[in-house]
Amino acid sequence: MRLLRCGHDAVLVEVDSLVEVDAVRASLLAASGRDELGDLVELVPAARTVLAAFRPGTGEHGRQAVREILDAADLAHPVRTSPREITLPVVYDGPDLALVADTAGLSTKDTVAAHTGAVYTVAFSGFAPGFGYLTGLPEPLRQPRLDSPRTSVPAGAVGVAGEFTGVYPRPSPGGWRLIGRLADDAEPLFDPSREPAALLAPGDAVRFEAAG
Amino acid sequence: MSRAITVLDPGPLALVQDLGRAGNGHIGVPPSGALDTPSLRLANRLVGNPEPAAGIETVLGGLRLRAECSCTVAITGPSTSVHIRRSTVDSHAPVHLRAGDELTVGRPNTGLRCYIGVSGGIAVPAQLGSRATDMLSGIGPAPLRAGDRLPLGSPGTPEGFDGVPPVSAPDELVVPVVLGPREDWFDDPAGQLAAGSWTVSAESNRVGIRLDGPALRRAERHRDIELPSEAVITGAVQVPANGRPVIFLADHPTTGGYPVIGVATALPALAQARPGVTVRLRPTR
Repeated sequence: MRLLRCGHDAVLVEVDSLVEVDAVRASLLAASGRDELGDLVELVPAARTVLAAFRPGTGEHGRQAVREILDAADLAHPVRTSPREITLPVVYDGPDLALVADTAGLSTKDTVAAHTGAVYTVAFSGFAPGFGYLTGLPEPLRQPRLDSPRTSVPAGAVGVAGEFTGVYPRPSPGGWRLIGRLADDAEPLFDPSREPAALLAPGDAVRFEAAG
Repeated sequence: MSRAITVLDPGPLALVQDLGRAGNGHIGVPPSGALDTPSLRLANRLVGNPEPAAGIETVLGGLRLRAECSCTVAITGPSTSVHIRRSTVDSHAPVHLRAGDELTVGRPNTGLRCYIGVSGGIAVPAQLGSRATDMLSGIGPAPLRAGDRLPLGSPGTPEGFDGVPPVSAPDELVVPVVLGPREDWFDDPAGQLAAGSWTVSAESNRVGIRLDGPALRRAERHRDIELPSEAVITGAVQVPANGRPVIFLADHPTTGGYPVIGVATALPALAQARPGVTVRLRPTR
């Protein structure tokens, strides 16, 4: 683990795996809940890092607290939390479903069963508001991105890429292999006027169920 | 009648801004908010608002408004002319408008962004705790258009008078940069930053200031490799593949896959830097 300076008021914690990212995030969130982390403003996990940003002028104190909390934490055995559980209804008719099934050596039916059979964790967000990178994808579904990304992927499209699966919250370009779409009556992934605005946040547990 | 102002002409770009919605990076939402926060805070103080109230941020002036009620306004940022009822008044001072009065913000001679504070604050609905327009994510009100009617909150009482002189935006900026988190991706990072001189590109916007000038050289062991995406903060000096630094401003993406050599301070001054302004980066630890 390395603590990297990030301006006057933030620190970037660098670790070796997504499991450790989750452990760092959970440790710091728990410490913040116990009021041991000063004036924490942002806690942003990513692939190998967690950013902790503090109220301007309090970064020195915050960095010291992060160091002490993580020195005492056992990152191999993360803090057990009870995550929010979210189930997303999906219509599995994506344009790349046959490609994903072929690559996996499965029928489309078994591909859908594999995707709906797993419990995923939101590892981090990014790319667009409300876009969660979900880990826990069964091995056969871990596949490369498309050789040439689509210029437009519709909102609600469900895709896989590498070790991740995820749902596009808004129309955007994208290179993930698309296996389905959120059901028409599903809650939108992101709505800035809703509380909470994002359906998925880091640490949440997510299941997909076949709909329609 | 409810308190409101109507936009008659937004000029080149006029946005509702407050102090933003920091704290949502973990769901992919940028902080947004006024780029020159001291100027927004001052505009609010001048009209008796709490400093975080929402006002209007303009680029190169040009905004024309009509008051639909009696209200107090103040224009801050770079010094500019302000026209009301066919007379010219000073920026950086509270001005009273009667219902029906029209106000025009002139084009500033230096700098980019003026702030218009209105007594009661712009009271459009908040999203994620802020009324700021986020140009990257499309959160908050759309950029202002002619005909937009903006509701105002309840006015407070101005407390005294700020005698703050307008900022004059310089042609050359020296920007302190705290090295890290990825300075080790570069050959002699402090030396390269200190030796270089860049100019603000016309491609700059609320997402970031793009700098034209020398490309920053990566260290041998970090050439041709990718950085897993990681969170970035406002002020981060990110160095994309072409080596020309980008200084992230309030509407920056929450994560990035290029190394950040350092974090710039002096963001309010950068918010006023026009294309062509010279920028020197002064590395600090």
